[in-house]
Amino acid sequence: MASTIKVRQIAELLNANVVCGNEMLENDIKCAFASDLMSDVLTLESDQLVLITGLTNMQTVRTAEMADLDCVVFVRGKKVTPEMIEVASENNTVLMECEFSMFRTIGVLHDAGVNPVY
Amino acid sequence: MEFSYDVEGGNFAKAGNAASSVKKVLKQLNVDPKVIKRIVVALYEGEVNVVAHAYKGKVLVDIDTDRIYIKIEDEGPGIPDIDLAMQVGYSTASAMVREMGFGAGMGLPNMKRNADKINISSKVGEGTIVELTTNLSS
Ligand SMILES: Nc1ncnc2c1ncn2[C@@H]1O[C@H](COP(=O)(O)OP(=O)(O)OP(=O)(O)O)[C@@H](O)[C@H]1O
Ligand SMILES: [Mg+2]
Repeated sequence: MASTIKVRQIAELLNANVVCGNEMLENDIKCAFASDLMSDVLTLESDQLVLITGLTNMQTVRTAEMADLDCVVFVRGKKVTPEMIEVASENNTVLMECEFSMFRTIGVLHDAGVNPVY
Repeated sequence: MEFSYDVEGGNFAKAGNAASSVKKVLKQLNVDPKVIKRIVVALYEGEVNVVAHAYKGKVLVDIDTDRIYIKIEDEGPGIPDIDLAMQVGYSTASAMVREMGFGAGMGLPNMKRNADKINISSKVGEGTIVELTTNLSS
């Protein structure tokens, strides 16, 4: 099992559209967490984390900022807004849009050896 | 250094303005990123509670060389039973709040975990004051 995966590999595996943070594509990700509830995400202590979520609003981007998340994948074809891109870019958060369902997204990353937080 | 921010009840898009600005200040002061994360996560949860549960509020931040003091004060319904509200999973959040990504009943316990000291006082029908104090050295 791979212990880390690059942001670029995540985008490739998920056939995802990287909407901001192209400079961070070679960064390593250690683990993944999936949730639509941001207060759950705000309890995490892991570094180098990718969040998989269907919640496409400013709260997701703010949560990423406060919790130092490196990358957020929006599933089910949800579209990111310009305001979200602006805040995420300021904070070096990679945002990706992915057409897959939440289940499929998680399955693909799990099969690729991405670790769960717990 | 003192800062203050207004928080609008119901306005989720603006929740996090105070936490975002405090994060920038603490970064400039070269505070350990792990300590910054604890402080801004707690402040963000506090802002979201005002947005989700109260009508309007104010965040006051006082930073000195070795500690940060944050006071989140709102006009709102107040918290009838603070011990109950502090329990993991307890939430009265509306369906709208959950659609906005909150309402897991994790906010107050997470604020307590992330701050060195927390003090909550509340009057039903008037409002709530949450005070957070955290040492800046790790
Ligand atoms: N400022 C406040 N004014 C009035 N009630 C509050 C306030 N803050 C918290 N509460 C009450 O305490 C409960 C628990 O708060 P807590 O922050 O732990 O969870 P939540 O806000 O419901 O969900 P989460 O924080 O996980 O998004 C709330 O559901 C609400 O009933
Ligand atoms: Mg809350």
